[in-house]
Amino acid sequence: MLGSGIINGLIVTAKNFAGSYHDPERMVTVEYPEQKTVLPENYRNFPFLITENATDPMGTLRCVACQICEKECPPQCIIIEKSKDKKPDATGKLQLYPAIFGIDTSVCMSCQICVEVCPFDAIKMDKVFEITTTDRFQDLFLDRERLAKPNSYYHEIHPVEAAEVDGRLLAERKAAEEKAKVAAAAKAAAAAAKPVVTPPPATP
Amino acid sequence: MSAAALTDSFLERAPLVLRDWVVNFLPAPLQWLGHHLITIVAVLAVFGTFFAFTTIAERKLLARLQNRLGPNRSGLPWIKGLTLFGLSQPFADAIKTLTKEDIVPAAADKCLHFLAPVIVVAFSLMTFAVLPFGRHLIPVELDAALLYFFAAGAATELAIFMAGWSSRNKYSLLAAMRALAQLISYELPLILSVVPIVLVTSTLSSQGIVLAQGGWTFGFLPHWFVFTPWGFPAFIIFLVAALAESNRSPFDLPEAESELIAGHLTEYSGFKYALFFMAEYFGLTALSGLGVTLFLGGWQAPIAALQFIPSYAWFMLKLIGMLVFFIWIRGTLLRLRIDQLTRLAWQFLVPLALLNVGNAAFWILTSSWTGPLQLIRWAISLAIIVIPFILLGRTLTAGYAPRTYRYAP
Repeated sequence: MLGSGIINGLIVTAKNFAGSYHDPERMVTVEYPEQKTVLPENYRNFPFLITENATDPMGTLRCVACQICEKECPPQCIIIEKSKDKKPDATGKLQLYPAIFGIDTSVCMSCQICVEVCPFDAIKMDKVFEITTTDRFQDLFLDRERLAKPNSYYHEIHPVEAAEVDGRLLAERKAAEEKAKVAAAAKAAAAAAKPVVTPPPATP
Repeated sequence: MSAAALTDSFLERAPLVLRDWVVNFLPAPLQWLGHHLITIVAVLAVFGTFFAFTTIAERKLLARLQNRLGPNRSGLPWIKGLTLFGLSQPFADAIKTLTKEDIVPAAADKCLHFLAPVIVVAFSLMTFAVLPFGRHLIPVELDAALLYFFAAGAATELAIFMAGWSSRNKYSLLAAMRALAQLISYELPLILSVVPIVLVTSTLSSQGIVLAQGGWTFGFLPHWFVFTPWGFPAFIIFLVAALAESNRSPFDLPEAESELIAGHLTEYSGFKYALFFMAEYFGLTALSGLGVTLFLGGWQAPIAALQFIPSYAWFMLKLIGMLVFFIWIRGTLLRLRIDQLTRLAWQFLVPLALLNVGNAAFWILTSSWTGPLQLIRWAISLAIIVIPFILLGRTLTAGYAPRTYRYAP
C-alpha cells in the first residue's frame, strides 16, 4: 500500500532514536579532545631521530650525518650540518654526528622517503599529530633536541617494525663482531704463525 | 477580563491577570494600545524563544535519529567546562549570524533585496495573530480567522519570489520560480484539507472550531476532528501540505543545498539569511499551531480528568508534539524530485482532498443517524476515503515501484 514505506522508514529512525540512548554500539561519534581512538600501527606523520639511550639523547644519536636523507627529501625540509669531531657510536666505532639536524614540519609532506633511504635506521616516522602551535616560525621547525626520541619510544609506537629493525641491527652487529673476531683471529694466527712459517734459518 | 474567565482556575487566568495589572498603570485612553502591545511582545518573546530552542532541538533530535550526538559543547563563555548539553547553541548561532558580513550584489535591486527578508518574517509572524493559544488567550478574535491565516501565510510566497527576483542572479530567479511552483501547488491541498472542518463546524473562527471539538465520550475519548473518518485523512493531507508549504524535508526543494546552491537565498548572507530561516520556522510553527487548532482539539485536554492543567500548556504540548513529528519526518525521508513533488500534489493530494470534502458533506447529512446506523455511517465514510486511496495509490505507483536496477546494454 502507498505509504507503507514511509511508515517502515519512520520505525527505523525511531529505533535509532531509542537505541542511541541505551546502545553505545550504535554511536559513531568519538568526542575527540576527551576521547581518542587508537591509531593504526602503520599511522605516520612526521619523522623523528632515534637515540640508543634515553638518559643521554644527544650523545647516542644513531644518525651519523651522512646527509642522504637531506639530499633525498622531496620538499627539502631537512637541514643537516656535520660535526667537526667524531664520537663512538653504539658499537664503539668512531663516527661523525649531526651538529645541527632540523626538520621543518610546515614543509614536510610525511612521505617517509628519509626513512626508506637511511642506512643506519636512525630516522623513523612518529605518530604525534597534535602539533598546533602559536608561533609558526619557531615552533614548527623541529631541531635536534626536539627530534631525538629513545628507541624504547619507537618500540611503543611501532612495535612490529621496531622489533624487526632491532633484530636486523643486532644481527648486523653480531656479524660485524664475528667478522672482526675472525679478522682478529686471522691476524693473531698470522702473527702467531709468522714465526712458525718463517723459522730462523739456522740454529747454531 | 470577561466575566466567564473569572470562574477559571488561577493558572488559567494568570496571563490575563498579569496583562491587566500592567495595563492598569497606563492612563485610560492608552490602555487599548498597551493591551495590544503586550500581546504582541508576548507572542514575539514566546515564539522567538520557541524558535531558538526548536533549532537546537531539531539538531539534537536529527542527530539521535541518525545515531549521532548532536551539538553538546556550547556552554557559557565565562565558565569553562560547563556545557549545558549544548542548550546555549542558538544564542551562539545568533551572535554569529548577527556579526557576519552582509553582502548585497552590486546589480541587485537594493530596496527589494532588503525588503524580502523583512516581509517574509512579518507575514509569517502575522499568522500567529489568530491562533487560540488557550481558553482566553487569542491575540485577535476574528470571525474569518482561517481566511486571514491563509491570506497572511500565502503572502510569504510573494517574499520568496521577491528574494529571487531582486538578487539579479539567474539561479536565484529560477529557484524562486521553482519554489513558487511548489508553494502554489501545495496551497490547494492545504486549503482543501481545511474545508471539511469549516463545513462541519460552519464557522471560520479558530476559537469556534476549538470549542466545537470540546467534550469527551466516556470521559476519555476526545471529540477531536482527527478521530473522525473525514478528519483523519484531512489531517494527513494537511501534514503533507504543511511540510511542503514550509519548505521542509522531504519537500525542501526551494533551498536544496546539494542540488541548487541555496535557491532563492543564494545572494543572501549574514542576518538576512538567518531571517529567512527564522521565517521558515515561524511558518512551520504557525502551521503546526493551525493543525493543532483544527484537528487536535486546540487547547482542549485529551482526557476530562486532566482539565486542571491550564489550556495553554496543552496547546504548547501539542505544538511541540507536531514539531517533533516534523523533525522525525525530516530525519527519515529523502528529498523528492520536482516532478514527483508536483505529481504528488495534483494527482494524489488534490483528488483525495476533494473527495474528503464530499466525505464531510456526507457526515453532516447523516448527523441524525444513531444506534446501529452510526456504524454504517462510519463504514460508508471510511470507504469513501480508503478505497480511492488504495486505488489511486496503486495506479500512481504502477511502473514506479518496486524499482528494478539493470545495467546499460
